[in-house]
Amino acid sequence: MLSVFLCVLNRDLTLALRRRTDVLTTLLFFVIVVSLFPLGVGSERELLRLLGPGVVWVAALLASMLALERLFAADYDDGTLEQLLLAGQPLSLLVLAKIVAHWLLTGLPLVIIAPLMAMQYALEATAIWVMMAALALGTPVLSLLGAIGAALTLGLRGGGILLSLLILPLYIPVLVYGAGAVSVSVIEIADTQPYFALLGAFLLGGLVLAPPAAAAALRISME
Amino acid sequence: MLEVDNLSCRRGDRTLFTALSFMLPASTLLHVRGRNGSGKTTLLRALCGLLRPDAGAIRWRGEPISELADDYNREILYFGHLNGIKADLTGQENLRVAATLDQDPLTDGAITDALAQIGLAGFEDLPTRMLSQGQKKRVALARLILSKAPLWILDEPFTALDTDAVALLERLIAGHVADGGAAVLTTHQEVSLTRGEIRRLELGAIGC
Repeated sequence: MLSVFLCVLNRDLTLALRRRTDVLTTLLFFVIVVSLFPLGVGSERELLRLLGPGVVWVAALLASMLALERLFAADYDDGTLEQLLLAGQPLSLLVLAKIVAHWLLTGLPLVIIAPLMAMQYALEATAIWVMMAALALGTPVLSLLGAIGAALTLGLRGGGILLSLLILPLYIPVLVYGAGAVSVSVIEIADTQPYFALLGAFLLGGLVLAPPAAAAALRISME
Repeated sequence: MLEVDNLSCRRGDRTLFTALSFMLPASTLLHVRGRNGSGKTTLLRALCGLLRPDAGAIRWRGEPISELADDYNREILYFGHLNGIKADLTGQENLRVAATLDQDPLTDGAITDALAQIGLAGFEDLPTRMLSQGQKKRVALARLILSKAPLWILDEPFTALDTDAVALLERLIAGHVADGGAAVLTTHQEVSLTRGEIRRLELGAIGC
């Protein structure tokens, strides 16, 4: 079981390293979107501090969407997805491996670069730490939910647009609590713990429910 | 081993075949023929369980394949129109992934040997993107050498292959059937076996 999981994970990471542009596109998109806002709204520190958490999170949602379309489509196009379906291994496990690879390639880089982005919004050190932690908990949920949408829209014409319409509304809770945690951390007496508890709950729920749902959707899309 | 009972499949509004029944015992090759669009690929995908038939049953050793699910998938090797290999991985890596998914503990030597046998010695460390159509197909066909699956389902395996490769593939299929395996094959050319039985199925002529 573990060897199969690691094999698919390793395969997707190797493929991504051989096509680095795909990974860099997501990261650069995130950096550019986040950097555009201060240029647009001016350099008022109070205003930026207020906007910062929301902007970073919205950019993270969009960046994570960007690579989602390719999550299964690349394998669908060259027939390797058929082989995964016929591998005789639990499909949820293989799907989970692909989701983990997707997060390592698109979610984790965002977590790491977030402090740099937060500095443009004059956020303080504590708020930056909270933002990193919230992104670390929240972005895997984005990958998990996104995988269901990617599997459902697989092979459809204009699937990319449909995917955004399908998945972005589902991202709202993550956005609300993720950005909320950062906003609240600016206030001294406030407690960010409930926000993290909720994000953690989303993550656990997603880990349990998303892989089987995406696997079922894949079987339907492959017919 | 494989038993198809009253199968019918539709694609969209078009009925491809109805009331299709046949048996495929061990040591038998089923050669499915029919004009373009007669439902050969659909039949093969249904036999793999990739596609749910509209009616009828497919049984493997007496049990419906929809109930066997992953257990059945481990028993088959499907070779479709798409090669099912990653263009950015080398031949060696592609076969390694396939073997791990089959839970087949293979040594690197066995994979290199298989690639050499299929005529790709010296190409094992090149990304398959750099190979020609026929060579890519050979990489995919190397799975046949490594596989231990008792049922092979091969959709047009001979296209894009040169005469040497066609002869090699025929030998592989003949060897598999002689060893007690079963195979389903679509192709427009004639196939012959030295040992084992060939059954022919003509699609488009029956039913509809």
